[in-house]
Amino acid sequence: MNIDLTTEELAFRDEVRQFLAEKYPEEIRRKRLDGIPLEKDDMVLWQKVLNERGWFAVNWPVEYGGTGWTPIQKYLFAIELAEVNAPPIVAFGVKMVAPIIYTFGSAEQKQRFLPDILASNVWWCQGYSEPGSGSDLASLSMRADRRGDHYVVNGTKTWTTLGQYADWIFCLVRTSSDVARRQEGISFLLIDMKTPGVSVKPIITIEGGHEVNEVHFDDVSVPVDNLVGEEGKGWTYGKVLLQHERTNIAGVANSQYRLSRLKEKSAQSVHGGEPLINDRNFARKIAALEIELKALEYTELRTLASVAVGNAPGPESSYLKIRGTEVQQSLDALMMEAAGYFALPYIPSQYGLDFPVADRIGSGSETSTSLRYFNNRKASIYGGSNEIQKNIIAKHVLGL
Amino acid sequence: MDFSLSEEQSMLADSVAKFIDADYDFESRQQFASDKNGYSEAMWRTFAELGWTAVPFSEPDGGLDGGPIELMLMMEQFGRGLVVEPYLANIVLAGGTLRRNANDAQRTKWLQPLIEGELQSSLAFAEPQSRFEITDVATSARKDGDGYLLNGNKSFVLHGENAGMIVIPARTSGNQRDEHGITLFTMPGDADGLTRRGYATVDGLRAAELSLDNVRLPADCVLGEEGEGFPTLSSVIDEATLAVAAEAMGIMQKMHDKTVEYTKSRVQFGVPISSFQALQHRMVDTLMLCEQSRSLLYWCVMLVNAGDPQARKAISALKYQVGTAGIKVAQEAVQLHGGMGVTWDLDIAHYFKRMTAIDLMFGNADHHLDRFISTAA
Repeated sequence: MNIDLTTEELAFRDEVRQFLAEKYPEEIRRKRLDGIPLEKDDMVLWQKVLNERGWFAVNWPVEYGGTGWTPIQKYLFAIELAEVNAPPIVAFGVKMVAPIIYTFGSAEQKQRFLPDILASNVWWCQGYSEPGSGSDLASLSMRADRRGDHYVVNGTKTWTTLGQYADWIFCLVRTSSDVARRQEGISFLLIDMKTPGVSVKPIITIEGGHEVNEVHFDDVSVPVDNLVGEEGKGWTYGKVLLQHERTNIAGVANSQYRLSRLKEKSAQSVHGGEPLINDRNFARKIAALEIELKALEYTELRTLASVAVGNAPGPESSYLKIRGTEVQQSLDALMMEAAGYFALPYIPSQYGLDFPVADRIGSGSETSTSLRYFNNRKASIYGGSNEIQKNIIAKHVLGL
Repeated sequence: MDFSLSEEQSMLADSVAKFIDADYDFESRQQFASDKNGYSEAMWRTFAELGWTAVPFSEPDGGLDGGPIELMLMMEQFGRGLVVEPYLANIVLAGGTLRRNANDAQRTKWLQPLIEGELQSSLAFAEPQSRFEITDVATSARKDGDGYLLNGNKSFVLHGENAGMIVIPARTSGNQRDEHGITLFTMPGDADGLTRRGYATVDGLRAAELSLDNVRLPADCVLGEEGEGFPTLSSVIDEATLAVAAEAMGIMQKMHDKTVEYTKSRVQFGVPISSFQALQHRMVDTLMLCEQSRSLLYWCVMLVNAGDPQARKAISALKYQVGTAGIKVAQEAVQLHGGMGVTWDLDIAHYFKRMTAIDLMFGNADHHLDRFISTAA
């Protein structure tokens, strides 16, 4: 057992630091600091910067443009990105559909889709959940009926994150109802959002933002060439790769960054004539969370170490998701406490570049705290709710 | 960053684990605990023959040069087996003090027989008024000719009643709660003026209240420098805190595993109770508490092993974690075992009681959370 980083790992970390010092766009840095929401162009710009360095598709196999990094390198990379508060990568293309395409797709599909994902030329979104199929995803009912060399797609997908920007959507669709297990009738289909019959309707979330959408499909014609792998195997593809998508699943690096911000904030907030951090009750809450986060960091590192020596990543990733999102939400709640009254003003326009700083209520960052707090209640719900994760652990880890 | 064990470490962990499985079942444990000393002297001799009593000591002292990782590996297994033999009192506490401070003569007189399994000893780290503050030492040691006269009371001295030697922190100068002015003494168990009142503790061990009434000790009983005992005491207690945290890890894991197995076999309403989601989610929670605790344990032991300045803070984080998570896992295990969980006959009850005692040992969860806050990184 040894806690030290190797010389190579330290050198790698320095390389990442130097890269970030030189290449992290100043405008994005400023927006992130002021709590100004990023636009599509910002996110694409940042991803292109990463890709120019060859550091965008971190997890891909080298042959398709991946890094070939060790788990520890990926971990260090995530920490350094979080240190500068870099925006999270939009996962749907590079982290979600791409692994399915390079693992199960045809040579033609790889050629057609992967380069544009790597270059962030094409924006992808995810079509899994439906209005009637949330936790029970296998009950999904969006149909893709085969008509010659096309499927005709009818149905609705929902919770489609950033679908308003998307050029393409990857969907789980029902290609057959005549199967022994309903999972076997599900296929994995790639659909061009510009196809006639596709329409996107915004869903406004609790904090007032437009992040998710409902996507309707009305007799949408999709070439059979856009089917990934075999018909009826879509469920298996989705599930296998969900387990492999482990990097940063717990969001440890980002939570560490936010914990240090929380400490700064509570050193500035005054309570009873003293910095809030001197309040024993509050200090204990922060300390307990810090300990939980440290434990989570090492749980993730232990998982990475296990994968590095050849063990298959398994359902243990579920507890990284559960604990990771719990920690995030606890941080959100403590940020609210630290902000005090200034958590309450609801002035979305003050998070615009053109809003005069002098007209802000509070320093600005406090009120964005509440937006984050309300919005991030989603974390324990998305990606398979934490209760579903517990079902997975109960079944596959504990054998219950 | 490497979580793997060396070959020697793996062998040590395996051999202790196999011994616990083969020779330390729960019935035997209960029998050992009911002995007048609270443990089996024959078993202790076996520990010595197996070399376990020599693990944390240096080769020149006749030890095996083990460090915090070896200590962790052994203590986790001892926790799993609910071992009552006084490894903590004798090897970690008294042995740890001697290892750090004893001069040659003291090494020959006390450390050699201790390593060979011939001496039982302990460390009197608490007083009736001190609670968890080891600096709170009211017991006094006054110069008397070429020796010292000791007066005061010591509380909760683990296995203190049958100890052949007890390390006594006593105040030679300073105020009652000062770090400076604490001197460590080796006091023979049969010293004149010493009264020992032994008692059983809820976790199946034994402890003693000591009363020192003009106990006269010669100058060669001073361990280390006069008035400079605190750094040693603090370092030994930190190591012992890591040790009981590792023991707690073994207990938590065992309680969680046994509970999962039990619910698979217990049938109610015509089905195993493990099929109920309300219970499944609670066992997932205890699994996660175990995993999170293990992560902190490894983090902490690696920092201690590296001599990292963060180690002391990490020990507090770990002790807070096992105090909170460990108690939660233990209470859930009792609950999910139903009525059987609160019977004397079932081992679950005794694991719970040991876990309860470990939370209090060397400062409970609240104490260590505050120490975590006040200790600079």
